Amino acid sequence: MTAPHTLSADAVPAVTTAAEAGLVACPHCHLLCRDAAGDDPALRDRLRCPRCDGRLHPRKVASLSRTWALLIAAAILYIPANAFPVMRTSTLLSTQNDTILSGIIYFWTSGSPELAVLIFSVSIVIPLLKLVTLSFLAVSIHRSATTGTRPRAHLFRIVETVGRWSMLDVFVVALMVGLVHFQGLAVIQAGPGAAAFGAVVVLTMLAAHSFDPRMIWDRASAGPPATKQTPTGNRHG
Amino acid sequence: MADTPPDKNASPNQGAMPEPVVDHGRRWVPSLVWLIPLLAAVIGISLVVKTIWMRGPSITISFVTADGIEPNKTKVKYKDVDIGEVKGVSLTDDHSRVLVSVELTKDAKDFAVDDSRFWVVRPRFAETGVSGLNTLLSGSYIGVDAGHSDSQRKEFTGLEDPPVVASDVPGQRYVLHTDDIGSLAAGSPVFYKRIPVGHVERYTLDEDGRRITLRIFIKAPYDHFITKDSKFWHASGVDVRIDGSGLKVDTESLATILMGGIAFEDPPETPMTPAPAGSEFALAANHIDAMKAPEGYHVAVVMRFHQSIRGLLVGAPVDFRGVEIGNVTSLGIDYDPATQDFTSRVMVNIFPDRLQSFERSLPPESDRAARLERLSQLVAHGLRAQLKTGSILTGQLYVSLDFVKNPQPVQFNPATDPIELPTVPGDLEALYDQVQQIVAKLNKIPFDAIGENARKALASLDTATKHIDDLVQHADHDVLPEIRDSLKEMQQTLASTQASVAPDAPLQQDARQALKGVMDATRSLKALTDSLEREPESLVRGRKD
Repeated sequence: MTAPHTLSADAVPAVTTAAEAGLVACPHCHLLCRDAAGDDPALRDRLRCPRCDGRLHPRKVASLSRTWALLIAAAILYIPANAFPVMRTSTLLSTQNDTILSGIIYFWTSGSPELAVLIFSVSIVIPLLKLVTLSFLAVSIHRSATTGTRPRAHLFRIVETVGRWSMLDVFVVALMVGLVHFQGLAVIQAGPGAAAFGAVVVLTMLAAHSFDPRMIWDRASAGPPATKQTPTGNRHG
Repeated sequence: MADTPPDKNASPNQGAMPEPVVDHGRRWVPSLVWLIPLLAAVIGISLVVKTIWMRGPSITISFVTADGIEPNKTKVKYKDVDIGEVKGVSLTDDHSRVLVSVELTKDAKDFAVDDSRFWVVRPRFAETGVSGLNTLLSGSYIGVDAGHSDSQRKEFTGLEDPPVVASDVPGQRYVLHTDDIGSLAAGSPVFYKRIPVGHVERYTLDEDGRRITLRIFIKAPYDHFITKDSKFWHASGVDVRIDGSGLKVDTESLATILMGGIAFEDPPETPMTPAPAGSEFALAANHIDAMKAPEGYHVAVVMRFHQSIRGLLVGAPVDFRGVEIGNVTSLGIDYDPATQDFTSRVMVNIFPDRLQSFERSLPPESDRAARLERLSQLVAHGLRAQLKTGSILTGQLYVSLDFVKNPQPVQFNPATDPIELPTVPGDLEALYDQVQQIVAKLNKIPFDAIGENARKALASLDTATKHIDDLVQHADHDVLPEIRDSLKEMQQTLASTQASVAPDAPLQQDARQALKGVMDATRSLKALTDSLEREPESLVRGRKD
């Protein structure tokens, strides 16, 4: 869809997109169809792929609002994920609740700063980065930003790639819960924070998934000559 | 827009481009995606609400040291149930203490009241035993003794030692006063008839530093054995005594020998009225002291002796006609610049209550002046202090108070404080004085002159003996033969006299025959009278035969 040449982000050449060509690709079987709906919003939701009977949308449906909803949900759950213990270690003599942060502090003070840094980046920085980055992208779409399209596209890809690694913590807890279960001696249980943290990770991934990166280019490619594209972007985004 | 593009770009494929199917179905319902943040918000809020709901009061406890206390790890436990957690440890402004902030759970808010007590449970090795061993592995925790007060409180001062008795144990608390703590410590047992019935809770030095105040706890139902007349004594150690009845070893239980203890007893024949909680008692050094006459208040008296007080010890008795009415409290020596001499100063405490009859003789509300007046009368009457030997074996002395015969008048100033009692030399001292006087008198005898006179007397005696000797010789020669002759004549006279009275002399024989004749006559007369007596008619009729 974008020009394959190396170009400066701000100087996007006038390109033809499927939407401009009056075409729409089936999101399910990638069959290229004629966009019969045109500007008719009533028809827009009723188009189906002639080959696979999937719904036809030039852009992801309600992409921005879904992204926002999931982002907000993730942001809300980010607080209990860090405030509540993710792991409850009950040994013979004492019970200990560990939050993500207390685990990081433990590793830092007990002489494993590498581990502390790893867990810090994976469990705190990355989810936060995803939240902030996706919010930034969504806001830039709202503001119809035309500049910095390529860095924003890079940013989105980074978020998408890195996001799946932030389950590390939950994964460790899940492993421990399964492995350490010497009844009476030591039992490890997942705390409420673990569920919240898992939800944060899942929600941010879903948010990234529902974000349609093509919207970044919709404004840019329309550029100065094709400002009339705005309604389309709004409707689909 | 849909019209223009096919003209330009899509024309080659236009025919092949499939038309989408138009669905005449449902309209897209309003996006349900916003339910997700709503749900997240509900979850988040419910978690927060739950946390706030579960959150109990936050309190601050100050300790001397935070040894073993870790934020977010150290628990607060009551009867081994977690009721809170340490959230932070900080120093006070002057760095003298540690402030431990504790978050209690919701159902533990009753613990944040005025009389709750907090302490750190850590391994302890005290005289009274080992405690808190489980914390060696699990780490220290903060123990609580639940208070019963209604007033809430946020700041507490932590105890350094665990309280000996939890506040929910029924029983009573009492106060003991003593001079000597001995081997007692917090936790030392209290015995009644050798049954452990309580503990020493804590002890404090009085503000003036003279006495020690012990607080003891007696468990119910034993607390009603504490009566107003109860006597307390140190049950620590072994009491060995040698007295008139032989060797006597007295101990409480073995445990008290190791770690000390207190025993109490009611004197026989006292009413068993329980003492109210908080009553104060004196703690005696041993059973005998405890059962002694009551000490009551004491009067300090000073005595000055002009003799050695070697053998007099602190604690030695002050004896009044065999009754111990006080003790020596200190010994010292004073220099008197006027006489350039040293006097021994003996401080004693007298317990006037032990002289009950004396006390009773005073008007009931008599004051110090009246007592001193009475005392000066006694001194005028001859009351004196004297050092006497208590034991010839050990040479120990005691102070004896008594009236001396023919007392020398002394100056007694009752206004001095402490009162000074006049003294007289002790018995040994008096003996020594007498011996000295005799020796001095002996010294005055002129043995030299006496010897010379004696020698002269002996010489004259010698000559006198010689004279006597001559005299005797002279007597032998002249006087004795004459005496011998006269004796011989006397012998002859005696012999002739003897002959005249010999048994066979004719005079004698004649007399004998005459007597015989008389005797025969008497006998026949007797026979006659007898027969007449038997047969008086024979006198008329004659003898019947």
